[in-house]
This record gives sequence, C-alpha cells and structure tokens, in this order.
Amino acid sequence: MSVRPLVLALFVVVASAPSAWAEQRGQAKEQVEFGIQVAQRGLWKEAIFRWERATQLDPSYAAAFNNLAVAYEHQGQLAKARAAYEKALTLEPNNALVRQNYDLFKEINDRAAQKDGGQL
Amino acid sequence: MTARLRKTADSFRRTAGRGPRHAYSSVLGWGGRAKLTLCLALVAALVACTSYTEIPIETPIQPKLDVTPFQRIFIAGFIAGANEDVDANAETVRLLRSQLRNKGIMRVIDADILPLLEVAKPSGETPVPPAPDQQAVAPVQAPDPSKPPVFNDEKDLEPYNHIFANVAYWKRIGEEFQQPLIVTGSVLFAPQQRSGFVQREQEVYDSFGRRQVVPVRTYMERKGFVLRPTFIFIDGRTGETLHSETFREEILYNANQQTPALSSYFELMDRLLPAFLNTLSSQKIKGTRTLLK
Repeated sequence: MSVRPLVLALFVVVASAPSAWAEQRGQAKEQVEFGIQVAQRGLWKEAIFRWERATQLDPSYAAAFNNLAVAYEHQGQLAKARAAYEKALTLEPNNALVRQNYDLFKEINDRAAQKDGGQL
Repeated sequence: MTARLRKTADSFRRTAGRGPRHAYSSVLGWGGRAKLTLCLALVAALVACTSYTEIPIETPIQPKLDVTPFQRIFIAGFIAGANEDVDANAETVRLLRSQLRNKGIMRVIDADILPLLEVAKPSGETPVPPAPDQQAVAPVQAPDPSKPPVFNDEKDLEPYNHIFANVAYWKRIGEEFQQPLIVTGSVLFAPQQRSGFVQREQEVYDSFGRRQVVPVRTYMERKGFVLRPTFIFIDGRTGETLHSETFREEILYNANQQTPALSSYFELMDRLLPAFLNTLSSQKIKGTRTLLK
C-alpha cells in the first residue's frame, strides 16, 4: 500500500487550514464591522445579530465577543453581557480595552445586584 | 570652497535625477530604509491592532420594587432630628415628592407630613433619676420636650425604629389615603469633623524651571456632613414593609471653608436620588464603551 497519496492528502489539509481560518476570520471581521456601523445608527438588535454571527464564524474572535457584550449591556441583558465579556477576556486576557469595558460593566451590574440583596 | 560646493550640487543633481526612490535610498542608506519600513509596519500594525470605536450606551436597570399594584405614592415623613439649619424630615419629603412628580413615576399624594417623632416617641420617656452620688456633683438637665431631639448617630435613632414595624399603624394610614405605596424611614444628617493626612497635588518647579505636579501628604482639619437615610417602602394595603434600603454619603471641606448645611444636604441627596428612584422605576445609566474591530 502506497503512503504517498495519504501524505499528500494530509499535506493539502494542513496547508489549507490556515487559509480556511483566515477566510473565516475575514468573514467574521466583515460581520463585526457591519455591526459597528449599525450600532452607531442605533440599530442594536441588528448589531447583536451580526456580532453573534461573527462569534459563530470565528469563536476565537475576542473583539466580536466584546462588542456583543456591549450590545447586550445596552439592551439590559446583563447576564449575557457578563458571559460575553468573560469570553472576550478569556481569549485576550491582556486586552486593556476589553478589561476597561468589563470594569465599567461590573460597576453597573453590582449596583443592579444590590437591589436583589436589599429586597425584603 | 567653490569647487566643493559645485561637487555637492552635482552629486545632488545626480541623485535627484535617479527619481525619488533612489534619492530616498541614498539619503537613508539600506539600513535606514529597512528601519523606516519596519517602523511604518509597526505603526500600521499598531493602528490595525487598536482599531476601535467609542460608542455611547444606556444600560437599563430594572426597578427594585414592583409598584404595579399601586397607583399612588405617599411620602409620609421621616424620623429625623434637628441639625444645624436643616429640617431633614421636611426637606426630604419635599425633595422626594417633587422628584417623583417631575419624573411622573406615580401619582404623588400631597398631604401633611406625619408627626412620626410624636408617634414613635420611645415608651420609657420619663427621665431616669440620677444616682445619688451623681446628684451631688451636678444637676442633670432633662431634655426639653418642646424641642425636636438631635440625632448625631445611628444609635440615637434606634429607640424610634419600632414605628416602622407597626403594621396596624401603617395599615390605618394606608386606609386613610386609599392604600398607596407608603415611603417612610429615617434621615440622619449630622455634622462631622475629621482630621488626618490628606494626599493632594502640588505644583513644583525644578532647577531648570520645569513644572511638575507631585503628590504631597498634608495634615488637614476637615469638616462637613454625613447623610444616612433609610428609605422604607410600606404596602398601604397590609401595612407591611416591602423593601428597605440604607444609603450613606458624606462630604468634607477644609475647616476654614464655610458651606451652608442646606447646600451640603442637597449635594448629598443629589448623589443618592437616582438609586432611590431606581427602586420605583427603571433607570437608564449612561456610559461609553469601546467597540473593537
């Protein structure tokens, strides 16, 4: 049995993997950029749709998770916002901009959480 | 000298004649060009990496209390003593009523403030007779019943707090005002004085005349006020407490600064009003976030 075709197939798969990843990242980036445009016009639901799509296309895209978190926060979906921020920070722990967003979010979220504690 | 100048001019003309690319390479040399390219690439990469957009957002915060069963709200009054020039009870009632009216959150009942201090007067009001040995030293002055008591800390308020748990009393008040949501509680507004080391920034100039701002720790006498309101929300139908929340805000000034107590009171109330209003209605908190590409 010849090993050559197998090696060749493996080579093709390995060689094409980065380009496939780049293509997916490219598509995700398009979704993220479009999401930013619509968010700037106040169309937050559309922005959420775009950024969710971006995270599906490229689950390692921290910016998409960050933007999604901001949109959830704007919609008052605080639990979802927290999860998205935490995912973004898991992907890019040293990203100062994501960290800053998350700190600001936590400040508000803590205030909202206080209400539940204060309820008799 | 003239020959040297001519030589330089010729050299320049030759270089210029080869076009901008060559002129550029001859000025910088290959090493310099590589460095410049690298720098440009780094800047481009940096711009690409930090491609971001700031966007204003408004985060809605849900109300802490479900007020749908109530059409009206009655700011009944507060246990608050006389301090400085501020009648904390009357001022708080007035401020909360006007805020609620302005926001249109609920229909605000405009009625007289309840005399809660009278109602909640501690049962053991009769002054305890002093011990015989104390009697010999100095005569004890009984508090003047015509003057409102002065509350300086939380402990002074404790003897009055039982009124808030008096379900029968609040139910009766509720019936009187057609079962509204009742807001009551206590307001402690007291002067305070604090001294200690404070860090502040100071301008200094070094020997070259350059301005610098350095943190300096200085001992300062400061005085101001502390505001500690407790808002209690009572169901006018049952007389039971639905929600209770305590806030604490303080403000300190330089000892030589003269700030009227009333303006300090309003400054402190202004800080906690959004939180109070958020108990009854959803609030939007404005902020800015960064969107990344």
